[in-house]
Amino acid sequence: MTTELNCLGQRCPLPVIALAKALPGLAVGDTIRVLADDPAAAADIPAWCRMRGQEYLGSPVPSAYDVRRVQ
Amino acid sequence: MQVAYFDSATSTPLHPAARDALLASIEDGWADPNRLYAQARRARQLLDAARGAIADVLGARAEELTFTPSGSWAVQTAVLGALAARRRAGQTLVHSAIEHSALLHAAQRHVHSGGSAVEVGVDRAGHIDRTAWQEAVSGPGVAVAALISASHEVGTVQPVEWAAGFGVPLLVDAAMTVGRLAVPDGWSYLSASARKWGGPAGVGVMVIRKGARWQSPWPSAETAPNLPAILAAAAALQAVQAEAEAESARQSALIDRIRRTVAATVPDVEIVGDPVDRLPHLVTFSCLYVDGEALLHALDRRGFAVSSGSSCTSSTLQPSHVLAAMGALTHGNIRLSLHRDTTDADVDRFLAELPGIVADIRAEVGVA
Repeated sequence: MTTELNCLGQRCPLPVIALAKALPGLAVGDTIRVLADDPAAAADIPAWCRMRGQEYLGSPVPSAYDVRRVQ
Repeated sequence: MQVAYFDSATSTPLHPAARDALLASIEDGWADPNRLYAQARRARQLLDAARGAIADVLGARAEELTFTPSGSWAVQTAVLGALAARRRAGQTLVHSAIEHSALLHAAQRHVHSGGSAVEVGVDRAGHIDRTAWQEAVSGPGVAVAALISASHEVGTVQPVEWAAGFGVPLLVDAAMTVGRLAVPDGWSYLSASARKWGGPAGVGVMVIRKGARWQSPWPSAETAPNLPAILAAAAALQAVQAEAEAESARQSALIDRIRRTVAATVPDVEIVGDPVDRLPHLVTFSCLYVDGEALLHALDRRGFAVSSGSSCTSSTLQPSHVLAAMGALTHGNIRLSLHRDTTDADVDRFLAELPGIVADIRAEVGVA
């Protein structure tokens, strides 16, 4: 199941904070798409996944970042 | 309130030797050294002595060294002049992804003028990708390569002598290491900045090795030098060079302590850069869920001056290109850079207050 988190117009670290808050609502294996147009999101969403042990799936289109909950 | 200044990588407090030289030369060094009367000859003598003293520290000849109005001016003039003079060798500039923005802006100018640039990435610790570098400088039409001696944002020291070993003339931006670490060998062009070593702002240094091709990219290169500032810069460099070994060891131990303590006392923090192969005086870390600007202001209110690579603290709203190239967290980022006046007590107070400051900011946004 994929959910979408709209963080367009938000400045970092807000999209990453929203992602962290949304994560407990996902089942392990689910993915979430974060929409964020702050330039820092391109660095910070993958970095968050690495620090928190979640899987970063990439950016399929500009300003969208897919993350899978793996734990 | 007691203020601890931790931003020497932007501008180092004036060394006492520089202050003395500056005050003395305001009396004695105001004439234009290019004129032919007694005051000008005196100014010429002083300028030549300063040039010789700085060249000595850099392992260069006095005639290879030019003073510029800043370090940024030096690095841009060196690279654009080298590219112009080496047009027939090729049109390509190779540079690391973690150069100072002054170099990156010059590279953009070169590309807009019809040249090309190849950017070489770095690993998670900020070391250049050696395979990619070797491939890039071995490509056809490479005129010049540029590598910073150590990252100004994260401190990782770069393999300058190795990078110079592929037959392509190398420009090294040595602003962060001059007066702190040994000057590497093998480069053809070097730039540095006096305010990074305890001299005044407004003095840059450009060295063009004898035999290296270079032509001024500006219509006229002749400007009257800021002689008092140059004399102060030379006095500062001689003084810091004499203290360098002891000061580097002292500051490096403080940086080790900051790295260890922050990692242990602040949750969800990423200490960036190589823990060992690094500048002696600089450390960078990023705190998850923390707004860099809020952190910087909170620290300022408590009497700590630091800088940040987070996008919210930059005029362009772009995060630090260095942190992004390393795949490091860019928000909640601060950089501390120490200097000869930094005390153990300054560092102790910072380490005692930081965990609470970070916790307060996180509590405000509802993450713990």
